[in-house]
Amino acid sequence: MKKIISTIALALALAVPSVSAQSRDALRINEVMVVNDNSLVDEYGNQSAWIELFNTNFAPLEISKVFITNDPSNPTLYPIPLGDVNTKIPKRQHVVFFADGEPNKGTFHTNFVLVPGQDNWIGVYDADGKTLIDEVTIPASVLPNQSWARTADGTGEWALRTGGDNDYITPSSANVIRDGNSKIQMFADKDENGFGMTLMAMCIVFSALLLLCLCFYGIGKIGSLISRINKRNAHGVAPEEAHVSTIEHDSGEEIAAIAMALYEHLNAHDTENTVLTINKVKRAYSPWSSKIYGLREVPGHTHAK
Amino acid sequence: MSFGDFIYNNLLEFWQLTGFANAQFGNFVMLAVGLFFIWLAIKKNFEPMLLVPIGFGILIGNIPFNASAGLEIGIYEEGSVLNILYNGVAAGWYPPLIFLGIGAMTDFSALIANPKLMLIGAAAQFGIFGAYMVALAIGFTPDQAGAIAIIGGADGPTAIFLSSKLAPNLMGAIAVSAYSYMALVPVIQPPLMRLFTTKKERLIKMKPARAVSQNEKIIFPIVGMLLTCFVVPSGIPLLGMLFFGNLLRECGVTNRLAKTASNAMTDIVTILLGMTVGASTQASQFLTPQTIFIFFLGFMAFVIASSSGVLFVKLFNLLLPKDKKINPLIGNAGVSAVPMSARISNNLGLEYDPSNYLLMHAMGPNVAGVIGSAVAAGVLLGFLA
Repeated sequence: MKKIISTIALALALAVPSVSAQSRDALRINEVMVVNDNSLVDEYGNQSAWIELFNTNFAPLEISKVFITNDPSNPTLYPIPLGDVNTKIPKRQHVVFFADGEPNKGTFHTNFVLVPGQDNWIGVYDADGKTLIDEVTIPASVLPNQSWARTADGTGEWALRTGGDNDYITPSSANVIRDGNSKIQMFADKDENGFGMTLMAMCIVFSALLLLCLCFYGIGKIGSLISRINKRNAHGVAPEEAHVSTIEHDSGEEIAAIAMALYEHLNAHDTENTVLTINKVKRAYSPWSSKIYGLREVPGHTHAK
Repeated sequence: MSFGDFIYNNLLEFWQLTGFANAQFGNFVMLAVGLFFIWLAIKKNFEPMLLVPIGFGILIGNIPFNASAGLEIGIYEEGSVLNILYNGVAAGWYPPLIFLGIGAMTDFSALIANPKLMLIGAAAQFGIFGAYMVALAIGFTPDQAGAIAIIGGADGPTAIFLSSKLAPNLMGAIAVSAYSYMALVPVIQPPLMRLFTTKKERLIKMKPARAVSQNEKIIFPIVGMLLTCFVVPSGIPLLGMLFFGNLLRECGVTNRLAKTASNAMTDIVTILLGMTVGASTQASQFLTPQTIFIFFLGFMAFVIASSSGVLFVKLFNLLLPKDKKINPLIGNAGVSAVPMSARISNNLGLEYDPSNYLLMHAMGPNVAGVIGSAVAAGVLLGFLA
């Protein structure tokens, strides 16, 4: 019974992270525009409200079967259709849905519209139609051609974007536009001679190995203590005596040296080469290597050649 | 078109595809480099397991051909066989597999028995960051400098892993430089070890290491992985595989897996890694002034790493009681050229005292160097990627 329970527990422990890693939890509503007069144009040349979704995963995410809705009482209002290769969002990338109420125009056109002048709630539900993945309410105060966007892709607070110089509206691209690798620029600017990097990195390297060193110093001490206690319990050796007879005197090298001396003393040479190897031979059983499983149940006749 | 013209035109077209028609001076230089590597490996026995595949890879990668013909044969042409094999280098998954094999081959007993030797492995990483500073001074960008400096870790797979992430365009030169200097460890290290030690220090005899229990050997890879990866998560691909391989070796119930990891699998990956790294050194990519700087920086990194290991032991000895002094000749082994640098410590120790066997003591910092360089690579990746 214990074995069954532990097996189930192990299976669950393994399943839970893998399910969450593969699930669509990583999908986020990233930016929304309710009234679009001069922003993104769809493949038919029309401008309409749009909703940008972002895959926060570092792996592609298939979003067909997910539901998008603007009606909390109807979570399955717009099911993202199956069979469109474009519903697989690459890692850390975006897709845009046009909320134009014309789903017959294609996968990325929803069957609902966003209404200007009032709060618009948008929700994304998982394939079961019950699990809410993400939601946002776009305030009525958002004016035409302004968007309601996260301050950073997939995370961060929501804020108004007016389309100004430092306030980009970015359908189907990153909400924060990075020009170049900021980390490298920072090191190039602030640490021109590399002293800062050396100081930080060597501290980290030393810390990691010092931790390991201290840890194994402790483990070694505990191991010696346990071995002394075991010896005392097994043979009734006095604690002081057990202390003297530490594992240091039980070195494999000494045993090897004694074995070699005996070997030389017995003069057991014949025509073997001069390399003497002392090696522990283990014969571990494994069904994968067992000959018996490779045999036929009823051996057939063989013909000698 | 007459039949004669047909034959002539086709032969002419074929001629345009041959190496003779497309050869440039750079190709011949690189072919000579490849042949030199093969000569070094076969005649001088310098790292033959690596220099033969790399040398032959250089020959393969520098056969001139008409790239515009679209034959999909070049290593940088998507979909070619060489390109598919090169993916393990470009995407960085060969080095962790090599680390799995290294873990399965390595006995960490010397380190477990004397944990303070780990600090020597840490000190030798000054080579990496010393070279980083020099690389910045020469004019490399921080990410390029980091990728080049890792040569100082004396660890080919780590150098390839990091350069594939930070400076893929320099990877060929970095890999060749790293392996070349690893082969030259017996030439580079002894003079430095003599320079920084006194005769008295070279004669220091260290106590034999205690025997290490099986339980300690099993705990080491588990605790080692958890501790180091918690400190430097960006080192997970290398450290995780290194310690996993070691657990396969030490746990006693996965002997077949450990044998496969340390023999067949490592051999296969080494062949593919060496050959494709060699093939990636095409003349147009390799024969640049940057390559000369990279070789210079690689040399600097090795010198600083070896020296700092020896000097750190001298410094450390000031804090240790008289009967627990460490022979500074094992300081050079802090670079992770396993087991060559440990062997050099041993040979030099025997040169001054024929009864002073330092090999097992030097193996401690040597394997600590493997861990240290993987941690350093993780740090650089974390800061600069």
